[in-house]
Amino acid sequence: MNWSRKWINPVLDKEFRLRMRTPRSSISLLAYILVLGLIALGFIYITLYLGNQGNQSFNSGAGRMMFYVLSFAQLVLIAFMAPALTAGVISGEREKQTLSMLLTTQQSSSTIILSKLFSSLSFMTLIIVATMPIYSIVFLYGGISLKQMIFIFLFYLFVMLLLGSLGVLFSTLFKRTMVAVIVTYGVALCIFLLTGLLYLFIMSIVQRSYYSMPSTATTYSFVGYILGLNPAGALISLFEPSFSKQAFMLRNGNLNSNAPIQLWQEFVLVYSVVIIASLWISIRRIRPVARRKSKDQDNQAPALETSASDHS
Amino acid sequence: MIDIQHLSKRYGNFDALKDINLYIPEGTVFGFVGPNGAGKSTTMSILATLMLPTSGIAKVDGFDVTQHPKEVRKRIGYMPDFFGVYDQLKTTEYLHFYGASYNIPRGEREKLIPQLLELVNLSDKSDVYVDSLSRGMKQRLCLARCLIHDPKVLILDEPASGLDPRARIEMREILKELKQMGKTIIISSHILPELAEMVDEIGVIEHGQMVAQGRVADIQSRLRVKKVLHVRAMEREEELAARLQDEAMVSAVLSDNTGIHVHFGGGDLEQVQLLQKIISWGYAVISFHEAQTNLEDVFLEITKGGPAV
Ligand SMILES: Nc1ncnc2c1ncn2[C@@H]1O[C@H](COP(=O)(O)OP(=O)(O)OP(=O)(O)O)[C@@H](O)[C@H]1O
Ligand SMILES: [Mg+2]
Repeated sequence: MNWSRKWINPVLDKEFRLRMRTPRSSISLLAYILVLGLIALGFIYITLYLGNQGNQSFNSGAGRMMFYVLSFAQLVLIAFMAPALTAGVISGEREKQTLSMLLTTQQSSSTIILSKLFSSLSFMTLIIVATMPIYSIVFLYGGISLKQMIFIFLFYLFVMLLLGSLGVLFSTLFKRTMVAVIVTYGVALCIFLLTGLLYLFIMSIVQRSYYSMPSTATTYSFVGYILGLNPAGALISLFEPSFSKQAFMLRNGNLNSNAPIQLWQEFVLVYSVVIIASLWISIRRIRPVARRKSKDQDNQAPALETSASDHS
Repeated sequence: MIDIQHLSKRYGNFDALKDINLYIPEGTVFGFVGPNGAGKSTTMSILATLMLPTSGIAKVDGFDVTQHPKEVRKRIGYMPDFFGVYDQLKTTEYLHFYGASYNIPRGEREKLIPQLLELVNLSDKSDVYVDSLSRGMKQRLCLARCLIHDPKVLILDEPASGLDPRARIEMREILKELKQMGKTIIISSHILPELAEMVDEIGVIEHGQMVAQGRVADIQSRLRVKKVLHVRAMEREEELAARLQDEAMVSAVLSDNTGIHVHFGGGDLEQVQLLQKIISWGYAVISFHEAQTNLEDVFLEITKGGPAV
């Protein structure tokens, strides 16, 4: 009883209740698992019956392949789900005209923002956990360690936190949920696609100038840092630690030194800053903030006004 | 209890409030009157710490709304002009949520909530979803919500808007009870006549400026209209109305199908003389009595004259 009072604040309690009482939640959970399940079944079908016709076994290589496919599918699903679940948390209350009453209670701005984010994240975590049985198919075939699996799930959690914080931020900044949702999807698109395309584009330019030079020693280039901003790049580097090395290299070859940084490490570092900044701004902006007026300004304002009224 | 000094609020380059000054002592019921867009809601949201003033000071119980918003929030119960409810919550859960948001322990809430529901006559609705309540019930529920942390000050922005006459009377009864509990209440409304018997003071705001403020009786006496006399004659009412227009103490004459309303500036003696005159003119008078000047008349009188009053 004591711990729950400490950890479940009223806003969180209300969010949990409201979320689990709408049929939408169970429907989205069902839809999510159906989509991921279909992808898994489709993959098995393709590899078993259409793929290698001679060798009909689903070996550990295929198990690994399926894990990758599922993981990417999951990443894309998260990218679609997180903005939809978080971009309305504040603006939705504003539109339903409940926000002003919530803001006049004793709950602090940070409690409100963090509870809203936490409740959305909890629901997403529930969905991710519910997809575990699908992943268990992978374990039937082997090729993936439990540790890798845990890392991938932690990575998902981080991506959800990132998109969730951005969703909450735009939900706080924009009056209309529609606008907040669109902007959040826009930013998510930048993070998921733009960084990848930018990487390919700049890589091709740098490579061209590299090959036109006489020396052809393999070196690391800054271009790899761009891929580190991409969730897919970071995800692959979690599967294959050698991927980071390749991302930074301008041509195939072998370098003995390690990559400047693992892509996923860079991803976590950079976006942690984004998460903290988004949440900080949200907390600052949900209520009007009093600029700490200096004393003399305080005294000046009424003085000016009285002199103005004297004239009239 | 509430102290507003030189309060101004700008939206872009539009002045919503211009140098408002207002002092409301503890235990006073203050009626805040003004036409649409006058700045009532703006003033109230500043008091409720939801909006920052552009300049000036607003204090509640000695705490500045911009410097100590948390202390202010503890002391006020705010009911916005438009509000929504979380429709997936039941009535008691709804009150529990707000109670918990004001850090009231669960045990205390369990005792408090039935009392509040009793106060606003919603005891029989304690276990239904808020969604299924009628508008008037939601309004009363919202009032109960305002009271959950026993605030000293109630800021009610048009609590009776959109209610049918019966629900308004109920709302008024509840407010009377709150007044007896010693709360300081600011209430804005468009239906002032119904508040007349319960507000102690009114403030009239127009175009962001306070145009009149004080005890209801004082404001009434400051107006040109001292009384409204209601006259009904058996026949030839229009002719009578035209003749009354020319009388010395009469400032305006309005006639409708209920009779003639004469805005009369004289005292009792002049009133007697007027009646004698009408009878001497040969009209068959059915009734001749002093209509109660209600706040609506006061309101119309003040606002039509502009800030000059
Ligand atoms: N967010 C806003 N942005 C710009 N102007 C605003 C905003 N809110 C209010 N106003 C303007 O400020 C003025 C005062 O509005 P306010 O809501 O305080 O009026 P009111 O007295 O409550 O009117 P009503 O009786 O219609 O409720 C209006 O002219 C309105 O157009
Ligand atoms: Mg209003």
